[in-house]
Amino acid sequence: MKNYDIVIIGGGPAGLAAAVSAKQSGIDSILILERDKELGGILNQCIHNGFGLHTFKEELTGPEYAERFIVQVKELGIEYRLHTMVLDIRSDKTVSAMNSEDGLFEIQAKAVILAMGCRERARGALNIPGYRPAGIYSAGTAQRLVNMEGYMPGREVVILGSGDIGLIMARRMTLEGAKVKVVAELMPYSGGLKRNIVQCLDDYGIPLKLSHTVVDIKGKERVEGVTLAQVDEKSKPIPGTEEFYSCDTLLLSVGLIPENEISRGMGVEMNPVTSGPKVNESLETNLEGVFACGNVLHVHDLVDFVSEEAAAAGRNAAAYVKETVNTSEEREIGLVATEGVRYTVPSIIRVAHMEDNLKVRFRVGSVYQNCFVSVYFDDERVLHRKRQVLAPGEMEEVKLSKEQFLQYPKLQKITFKIEEE
Amino acid sequence: METRNLTCINCPMGCALTIEMEGNEVISVSGNTCLRGDAYGRKEVTNPTRIVTSTVRVTGGAADMVSVKTGQDIPKGKIFECVKALRDVEVQAPIHIGDVIVSDVAGTGVDVVATKNVESR
Amino acid sequence: MYDVVIIGAGVCGAAIARELSRYQVKICVLEKEEDVCCGTSKANSAIVHAGYDAVTGSLKAKLNVRGNEKMGELSEELDFPFERNGSLVLCLNEGDMPNLQALYDRGVANGVKELQILSKEEVLKMEPNVTDDVYAALYAPTGGIVCPFGLNIALAENACANGVEFQFNTEVTEIHKSEEGYELQTNKGIFKARYVVNAAGVYADRFHNMVSEKKIHITARRGDYCLLDKEAGGHVRRTVFALPGKLGKGILVTPTVHGNLLVGPTAVDVEDKEGVNTTAEGLAQVIEKAGMSVRNIPIRQVITSFAGLRAHEEGDDFIIGEVEDAPGFIDCAGIESPGIASSPAIGEMTAELLAVKMGLTEKDDFIPTRQGIKNPNQLSMEERNALIKENPAYGNIICRCEMVTEGEIIDAIRRPLGAKSLDGVKRRTRAGMGRCQSGFCSPRTMEILSRECDMSMFDITKSGGDSKLVVGTNKDII
Repeated sequence: MKNYDIVIIGGGPAGLAAAVSAKQSGIDSILILERDKELGGILNQCIHNGFGLHTFKEELTGPEYAERFIVQVKELGIEYRLHTMVLDIRSDKTVSAMNSEDGLFEIQAKAVILAMGCRERARGALNIPGYRPAGIYSAGTAQRLVNMEGYMPGREVVILGSGDIGLIMARRMTLEGAKVKVVAELMPYSGGLKRNIVQCLDDYGIPLKLSHTVVDIKGKERVEGVTLAQVDEKSKPIPGTEEFYSCDTLLLSVGLIPENEISRGMGVEMNPVTSGPKVNESLETNLEGVFACGNVLHVHDLVDFVSEEAAAAGRNAAAYVKETVNTSEEREIGLVATEGVRYTVPSIIRVAHMEDNLKVRFRVGSVYQNCFVSVYFDDERVLHRKRQVLAPGEMEEVKLSKEQFLQYPKLQKITFKIEEE
Repeated sequence: METRNLTCINCPMGCALTIEMEGNEVISVSGNTCLRGDAYGRKEVTNPTRIVTSTVRVTGGAADMVSVKTGQDIPKGKIFECVKALRDVEVQAPIHIGDVIVSDVAGTGVDVVATKNVESR
Repeated sequence: MYDVVIIGAGVCGAAIARELSRYQVKICVLEKEEDVCCGTSKANSAIVHAGYDAVTGSLKAKLNVRGNEKMGELSEELDFPFERNGSLVLCLNEGDMPNLQALYDRGVANGVKELQILSKEEVLKMEPNVTDDVYAALYAPTGGIVCPFGLNIALAENACANGVEFQFNTEVTEIHKSEEGYELQTNKGIFKARYVVNAAGVYADRFHNMVSEKKIHITARRGDYCLLDKEAGGHVRRTVFALPGKLGKGILVTPTVHGNLLVGPTAVDVEDKEGVNTTAEGLAQVIEKAGMSVRNIPIRQVITSFAGLRAHEEGDDFIIGEVEDAPGFIDCAGIESPGIASSPAIGEMTAELLAVKMGLTEKDDFIPTRQGIKNPNQLSMEERNALIKENPAYGNIICRCEMVTEGEIIDAIRRPLGAKSLDGVKRRTRAGMGRCQSGFCSPRTMEILSRECDMSMFDITKSGGDSKLVVGTNKDII
């Protein structure tokens, strides 16, 4: 069995950034395992621009953004294997993986970084009634077909879900010659970024129907049309509001689910809200030396934040391997998400393990206007930040400093909430 | 005086811009949080432009398609002309990021460049 | 000229073909779809019922018990997944106890072995997630679950290996009596046969009525189902039924043989014999009723929903035998639940009937066994590495959710009666049947199909016919 200090599961944006930062933190023995034919993960099919404004201060396309990290991985001499599927990981950090060349093999890691990303929710999760013909694709599958393989999945398209992939695909399909008739969104607000509504829908006159869903799919062999209906506050279709759209394709962009089958298999404790692992300030799971970052931890809106988070995971994994962390004080402070805040990452802070600054990331549960993001250290409000708009589609962050914590030696609980004043 | 409300698309913040105009002249831009927002607002109401991203076919490459973009933003009205200009383009691998695929696309003076490396098969 | 033409390559048609292929006889199976297992046989509960439901003395009762008995051995001979997980029929109040007792008595009379009536405590000990409202239950340890595709495909492949011809995309439009037997008009020309077996599922009445004055009527009875992620597969270990009602056995909750959880079906009579569309009401009903038998079903883990049609005949029993006023025309009609469970016995009975009638002699070289597609997940590390060394395609995972390798997909395509579509690959290998529902693997499976079948990507379908998956190339019509 081969040994590595750090094995990284996934060579997408999270895995790449984690590898680079672990290497820069002084670890030489690193292996990235990637199941696809190339590094870069989902960025390879995200050929639109808009990536990298935070990280590189310029606007890049997905493949260009990936390439910046791939170049670093190669220059730093970090090992990686492509076409390699990780089948499972034992809690002692033995990774079993497989590819055509090496067969099924095991690797012993000192630390593991989980960076498997996420997958799209499928039609079944929504229980959309109707037939099950050809022509129903998740937006990401269509994106791969069009952007990487050059095939058009259809000519007349209805999109359900206004997440960013759905919006981006509305524009992509239009620019490749398809007619996108409408984008329907179950919620009263879009799950995607505002800029994408402007430049992907408004630019091309594609209507966005909020509070609408698909209530029937017509067509036995190939999609012939879908029926949309308006929904009430409980997301139930309102009778009499049905409207038929003829189309040959239905694209679904109805949410992303972190891919944590391997994590669960090894005994990693999950956060039911994010469907990702519960992690501490080091992005370490309940299993010592097992770290998580990127969309496998919680679904991000921007890849720049994935890279930033993954770099932290890489540094922390390196520190774990080198045993440089002072573990004399094991005080654990719990983070509580409440009143509009759906979750926080991390959910536990051990002050002794903290870097000087820690970014706590979270999402809100609905749209808020002119309100405040508040953080309480026990009962004392330590942060009260005015925000014009908060939306579930956008990830939020609050920076906490180690210095702050030293002023509260008895602190037990940190609460995140949205307040009206 | 005319007022126009826009969402800035420069970055994911999506600032809500208010632009005051007198005829074709911009009097003021507000609501932006950075200078890029100001510039976007002025341009969007006078000469809106976009970066266009697309794909072209590859021959002899490890992949069948290569992703491309306009090196700079081009007038919004030229988007479809630009895409049509790419329809019959085929490029021979290897291709490197930044390689010019079509120069001066649709008479915009802007080149379409590759955004991905494609090795030879 | 064939000795026997079988209409329909569902589980009954395939079982009859396989059993009949023991004899020296020229057989052809006509199937209107592009593959075997495309109608009722593919969308059902996949339960191998124990045999206590049907009226004692009925064909349903007799063939169910016999089919259940045969299923274990058959699954070994033909290498398809089958598990005797046992089934429970729940009685939720004391007042219904006579009905439960009646079911027990009927089971005993039908010859079902090992039946027991369990107390509430015994039931909850066995299945902790069964509703607290349970009063008692009938427990049938012989009840089982099967892969419905695996069974159907195995039977057909074995029949094929024993010389049975299969014609797909071949729809029978007319049947005429001829001097030697029958002439079947199809979209692919005329097929002549001495004997015809009508195993056409929901269409069996159509063919019966072409040759007989004694009309039958098959009602398509639709059932909606929800399939849950494997993570929910252990929610119950046995198949859990509610006490049967008028329209069938009600809504069940069961693990599948592949480890998912299945809930359903509803029962709605529909006009359209292809009407396999699910409805919002149907799916809501499935979820609600399932919750009355089993607690805390993790409905958020539904990965897909589907509907199937049962071929219900008004007489409420299987119709198997020569049609009175149409000599040489053998019906195998009205095969609804417990059709899957009965299929081995239906094959046996129909084949024997024909063998006697036609005076057939058995072959010396009948091949009784068939090997399924290798499942590398069941191999040891050494075996698996040997396999990958021999054929590297077994090291290349295509379907991430179900861990299906390229090697398995290639085998599914290349073997006799191989897969020709995405659904064909899915039914044989489970690629695309997992939690992402083919989101990741469909483009790659399409590539493999295109390469292996030498088909253009534009001709690759989801399930034959016009179910094309891609319609053009980028910018082709801009």
